[in-house]
Amino acid sequence: MSNESIASVTHEPGSFEHTYQPKTAFTRWLDARLPVIRFAAHFMAMPTPRNIKYVWAFGAILAYFLVVQLYSGIILAMHYAPNSAIAFDSIEKLMRDTSYGWLMRYTHVVGASLFFFAVYIHMFRGMYYGSYKSPREVLWMIGVAIFLCMMATAFMGYSLVWGQMSFWAVTVITNLFSSFDSIYPGLGTAIVQWIWGGFSVDNPTLNRLFSLHYMVPFVLVALVALHVWALHVVGSNNPTGIEVRDVKKETLPFHPYFTTKDMFAIAAIAILFAYIVFWMPNYLGDVVNYEPANPLKTPPHIVPEWYFLPFYAILRAIPSKLGGVIAMFGAIVVLFFIPWLDTSRVRSCRYRPIFKWLFWVFVFDALALGYIGSQPAEGSWVFWGQVFTVYYFVHFLVLMPLVGLIETPSPMPESIEDDVKRKAKSTQPQAVPAE
Amino acid sequence: MTTIKTTLMGLAAGLLLSIAPAAAAEQAAAGHEEHYQIPRLKWTWGGIFGYFDQQQLRRGFKVYKEVCSNCHNLGLLSYRNLGEPGGPGFSPEEVKAIAAEVQVFEGFDEQGNIAMRAGRPADNFVWKFKNAKEAAAAFGGAVPPDLSLITRARGIEREFHWYEYPLVMAKDLATQYQEQGADYLHALLLGYVDLPAGRKIADGLNYNRVFPGNQLAMPQPLSDGQVEYGDGTPNTLDQEAKDVTAFLGWAAEPHLAERKKMGVWVIVYLAVLAGLLLLSKKVLWRNIEH
Amino acid sequence: MATTIDDDQQGGINRRDFIYIGTAAFAAIGGAAAMWPLIDQWNPDASTLSLASIEVDLAPIQPGQAITVLWRGKPIFIRNRMPEEVEKAKAVDVKELKDPDAEVIGTANLPATDANRTKPGKEKWLVMIGICTHLGCIPKGQSAGDEKGPYGGWFCPCHGSAYDTSGRIRMGPAPRNMEIPPYRFVEDTKIKIG
Repeated sequence: MSNESIASVTHEPGSFEHTYQPKTAFTRWLDARLPVIRFAAHFMAMPTPRNIKYVWAFGAILAYFLVVQLYSGIILAMHYAPNSAIAFDSIEKLMRDTSYGWLMRYTHVVGASLFFFAVYIHMFRGMYYGSYKSPREVLWMIGVAIFLCMMATAFMGYSLVWGQMSFWAVTVITNLFSSFDSIYPGLGTAIVQWIWGGFSVDNPTLNRLFSLHYMVPFVLVALVALHVWALHVVGSNNPTGIEVRDVKKETLPFHPYFTTKDMFAIAAIAILFAYIVFWMPNYLGDVVNYEPANPLKTPPHIVPEWYFLPFYAILRAIPSKLGGVIAMFGAIVVLFFIPWLDTSRVRSCRYRPIFKWLFWVFVFDALALGYIGSQPAEGSWVFWGQVFTVYYFVHFLVLMPLVGLIETPSPMPESIEDDVKRKAKSTQPQAVPAE
Repeated sequence: MTTIKTTLMGLAAGLLLSIAPAAAAEQAAAGHEEHYQIPRLKWTWGGIFGYFDQQQLRRGFKVYKEVCSNCHNLGLLSYRNLGEPGGPGFSPEEVKAIAAEVQVFEGFDEQGNIAMRAGRPADNFVWKFKNAKEAAAAFGGAVPPDLSLITRARGIEREFHWYEYPLVMAKDLATQYQEQGADYLHALLLGYVDLPAGRKIADGLNYNRVFPGNQLAMPQPLSDGQVEYGDGTPNTLDQEAKDVTAFLGWAAEPHLAERKKMGVWVIVYLAVLAGLLLLSKKVLWRNIEH
Repeated sequence: MATTIDDDQQGGINRRDFIYIGTAAFAAIGGAAAMWPLIDQWNPDASTLSLASIEVDLAPIQPGQAITVLWRGKPIFIRNRMPEEVEKAKAVDVKELKDPDAEVIGTANLPATDANRTKPGKEKWLVMIGICTHLGCIPKGQSAGDEKGPYGGWFCPCHGSAYDTSGRIRMGPAPRNMEIPPYRFVEDTKIKIG
């Protein structure tokens, strides 16, 4: 955007319905044929509630990590050899011989972890402020689909290292499908052999995982486009959970106000990112994966990467093989339905005295499942795994519908403007009015 | 979790939860597996400005060459790496001479026989054994693992109560703890102690208090005075273990020093950028209620 | 639409614009620096560079024989020339050559004499990159039974370029003499190429 247009929106907050006027002969010519600048100007001027907090920046942070993963991933693919005989060594060659190869690889590895870190905060924020509720159901569901794509991509990417943990993770997770044998004898086995392209995890499996690891991110990018589109239709939620009534007084154009704010948030998270990449790049991974895959020897303790641990705990909590698989996928599928499971009239937990606490109990439950997932499935951990798994589903299937019906919301501001004015009064009595 | 003894070993002193390394050498009940708490050592390549000490790497290479390489290999390493910056810093002539000591498979001569040639700096380290089968036959079925990534492929089983987890993680993050593998390796080399009363181990295996299960096929490889350094460094077992661990630490991560050095600049840059962006944001939002 | 003017905007760039522009410029510098690893990773890696120079033992090559070695993915022709071949190469007048340049890599405007294409005192050894300068084929003439062309050196079967015993183009579509790679004698019968 030109300086002039920044200046114009800067000095008249509120009155920013963007009317793009092509200035030069070329932009007029282009505008008549492909109004891409008009579209971008309109797009970036999206009215955004002025009261949203920094936790809303995680959307932009996720976009940043997506770009980082795409760039570093495309570069890794230029050096990686998707062949079970040399895959492991090709990565080590990249790390040792290629100029900045270690940087590319550690960026991709740590980037994947922080991508999940950011998506979990993004999702919890949506849950706390009721961002999934009408009219944002589709926005939320596309988000869950993105999360699923991320999980699939991350799992397949991890397998490409072809270390011990990669190999056995692929073996264990693909073997989940053999549980279908209990539905129809032979069905599961047939599916598993089809996935493997053989009678065990081997080179054909690695090849298809590599291809899909490259392909699924394109689906993910398409879903992100839909996610952002849906966001522009319904607008951002905000901490009050109240819809915008007066665009002029309650919102600001996304650019430059929230672009600047989000850029700061991205720079801040990039400091954490750089800290891990440059000083503890292997901290979040398992040491066993630095041993090349050995089909004859299983590591004593198979654990997925940290971001899968809660789901892994749910998988192991159920004593039946098929049941565990259903519970694990159910834990994600249930997220698709929470727009309808939540019966509350109020969106934001800020005004929900009971559910606010239940939200934090759920966060604890998820963290506990993560910790249990990292422990060996023995002793009391099995029991606690079951307790927290049951609570996971109780939260969504019982508490969410029930509490919404019985809870009396606490007093709410009348509007976003009301909330902003109250906050301004209480925090900075001397503040100069904006207009 | 009743079996848990302690945690946070060797982390910064003064912590309520930490205990002295010596106190940790106690045994779990009734002659079962020994729980030896591996002490956390200070390595030159730990921390923000970590680097590998050139003299130590040279000593470590000597230990590797005279002892380890009789059974193990460093297949991911090239002889040329020995002369690259950040490493032991051998001169091109020294590297050439080291490489020339091995015979490398060249191809087949006109009669179809295997043709060998003297090693060159560009070649990867050559194993003493032709292949894993030959090694297995020589060692009764146990193949000595390749050591190229050994300090990255080994960790320490740290035990702590679940509620201590956030604290452990915060400490790790604050101290950039990435040297678990080195600590493990050093402790393993020092871990050949007398068999505790009441313990039995299988024939042909050796008791080691650090190795998981305590029964290790490798006999004690290093001992006091085993390797002549020739530079006045005392060749105690501890020193030899430290030096060879440092060498293997470098072999697993030859770009470590470069990485940490670059990191400092990146962090400084990002901190300034974040500051400027925050300033821009504050200026832009200064008259706006939100 | 931009009719409002901020109080402090009258004198050109104000403090606020300075902060915005400074931040953007600083971010742009970082973005440009971050591009470098993305570009540099395409350069030949350390293992490739370590093979950038090779040593070749010439002792086993009998007079009249030639060998081909691979250097940086290219064939290097090494020929132990017979005295009469050397004489023939020396006798050629540079002025009648199609390409009067010696084509020694790293030099310019060196006359294409046989002396310039070999090392002093080692005139019997011709070391050159065995790629036809026409379209990149590998000329014939290395093996004893090969056709060597009308000038007794090498003959490219693709389009009929003929080279003399010094590897200079004498006939056919190729424009230049075959190139001489950088090399030196490290011992009496050992050369280092590259």
